[in-house]
Amino acid sequence: MLRGYAIFVYLFLYAPIALIVLFSFNSGNNASDLQGFAVTWYIKAAGNTLMLGALKNSVIIATASAILATFMGTMAALALQNLRGPLRVLFDGLTYVAIMVPGIVIGIATLIALVTTFDVTNALIADLWPGEAPPKLGLGYGSIIAAHTLFAMALVIVIVRARIAGMDRALIEASADLYADPLATFRQVTLPQLAPGIIAGFLLSFTFSFDDFVIAFFVAGSQQTLPIYVFSSIRRGVTPEINAIGTAVMLFSLTALITAQVLLRRGKRPAQ
Amino acid sequence: MAATAPDQTDQGSYDVEFRSVVKHFGDVKAVDDVSFALKRGSFHSFLGPSGCGKTTSLRLIAGFEQPDAGAIEIAGQSVVGVPAYRRPVNMVFQHYALFPHMDVAANVGYGLRQRKPRPSESEVAARVAEALELVRLPQLASRRVWELSGGQQQRVALARALINRPTVLLLDEPLAALDRKLRREMQIELQNLQREVGITFVLVTHDQEEALSMSDTIGIMKDGKVVQFGTPEELYDAPVNRYVADFVGESNFFPGSVASTDREGATLVTASGLTLRAPYSRLGTRLSPGDRGSIAVRPEAIGLWRPTRVPAGLDVTRPARLLNRIYLGDHSEFQIEAEGLGPVLVRLPKSDEAQELEPGDQVVMGWNHERALALGEG
Repeated sequence: MLRGYAIFVYLFLYAPIALIVLFSFNSGNNASDLQGFAVTWYIKAAGNTLMLGALKNSVIIATASAILATFMGTMAALALQNLRGPLRVLFDGLTYVAIMVPGIVIGIATLIALVTTFDVTNALIADLWPGEAPPKLGLGYGSIIAAHTLFAMALVIVIVRARIAGMDRALIEASADLYADPLATFRQVTLPQLAPGIIAGFLLSFTFSFDDFVIAFFVAGSQQTLPIYVFSSIRRGVTPEINAIGTAVMLFSLTALITAQVLLRRGKRPAQ
Repeated sequence: MAATAPDQTDQGSYDVEFRSVVKHFGDVKAVDDVSFALKRGSFHSFLGPSGCGKTTSLRLIAGFEQPDAGAIEIAGQSVVGVPAYRRPVNMVFQHYALFPHMDVAANVGYGLRQRKPRPSESEVAARVAEALELVRLPQLASRRVWELSGGQQQRVALARALINRPTVLLLDEPLAALDRKLRREMQIELQNLQREVGITFVLVTHDQEEALSMSDTIGIMKDGKVVQFGTPEELYDAPVNRYVADFVGESNFFPGSVASTDREGATLVTASGLTLRAPYSRLGTRLSPGDRGSIAVRPEAIGLWRPTRVPAGLDVTRPARLLNRIYLGDHSEFQIEAEGLGPVLVRLPKSDEAQELEPGDQVVMGWNHERALALGEG
């Protein structure tokens, strides 16, 4: 009984995804009418300059926000480690809230915050600018990267914090006992011990940003990311090309996620 | 006390000195006005139950904690305020604290690579090989540390500390995680190693056998204070009070109130009305009539006989019933219930005729006054 139920749940979860993968190899023109197997749509997608532009944007944004989130999140996690008492509980709570806030709220909130800021700063710049055409701040790369960094940083904090908590404090003392000053200890002991968590945090941040539609849709301005491109093409009708792009994206994201999982697991082994 | 007071004229011969050191953790006084001096090149142990302040004392020497008051000197230099990474001491941690992301050779060479100027890699390699040779693990240099057994990790931790030729080597319950047989081997090895390198060793342990068998001097600690500081012989033969006698070796204690005293010793009356007399311990506290005290008798100082064969001239004899006999090879332990004294432990050599006694037998136990000690409660 229970086994049958489990099978049903997994079927329910993965059947739609399997369908997309299946139809991405459709040789016919219609997305919902399987006529034979071919990789034509993959070739077509690879030649689509609009899609390639959106892909490039997505990769740049995901890379930039993952680097920023990893750097700032790791620093924050290290700093939070020295906090004690109610302040620590407060910051821990705020970190989790940042992860749980729905994407649509983050999207609207960042949009309003950015637009308000731009209004004020653009007026200020226009007043101070000596030349003819003052530069104007607007939505685009920067705003998507900022919004994604905000969310992903909370992810990195949680992951790195868990890693710090699992680390043997005696290692730091052993390093100090062996004449390493605090900076040398951080470089030679703390950082290598945290590395699996930091890399996993980076990969998760990257996939999050790469896959995100909701937040990007609000703050993208005129920029197109890959999820936004896919969304707007669907309005012109679903072709197997979308399926092909979806399958490729999924494969890429899965690889990153699995790598992150493996790293988080492997990092634990020496501590046994 | 005289034995622990640093001798001002002999300053150069001490490697570690505490003078009135105090360390609090919140409301708890972990180390409470502790003074001692450890002779250069000696093997010293701090012995006591958990929470007695022995580990905190060690961490104060290492520099992981700073004292709230008092002076700490290493090799005649004050180290108060000096961080751990600038102190000429190295520690073997309780759970070894080997770096899991480095192989054995990198762990052992870690301390050398932090030195400024940094020694050449060929020198580091030579010293690492030498250190691994010292702990008899030369073939394991390229192993990852989690592939090693507990005993091997222990030796790597030792090599990692000794390679730096520290003034003092600190050992924080280093043998606690090893099984009994391996622990015995490592005790002998540590002792040999200490004589070989001539470095002052400071060991923290709750295992009295370990402390007694390895140390030149022992500090018995309780509630943040050093109760007695001395050689193993002093602690065993002349404990200052019941606490020390209980911690070092085994004793039967017969508590009572002091009835009378003289220069040599004290007479106590037990709750059951028995009058027992014993001389003072040479270093023990003196008692006054009305004090609570104990008569302490070592299990090997008590004899057991059949009621018909009791020898003449014993100061104390009591009828007793044999409850249990534990055979331990060259000797046996007898648990008896003595009238007016309660349960008593007796230890007799294999040659003693009492070995024929069976559980349930009626016997007579006895001892002579001079084999017992009159101790304060403390």
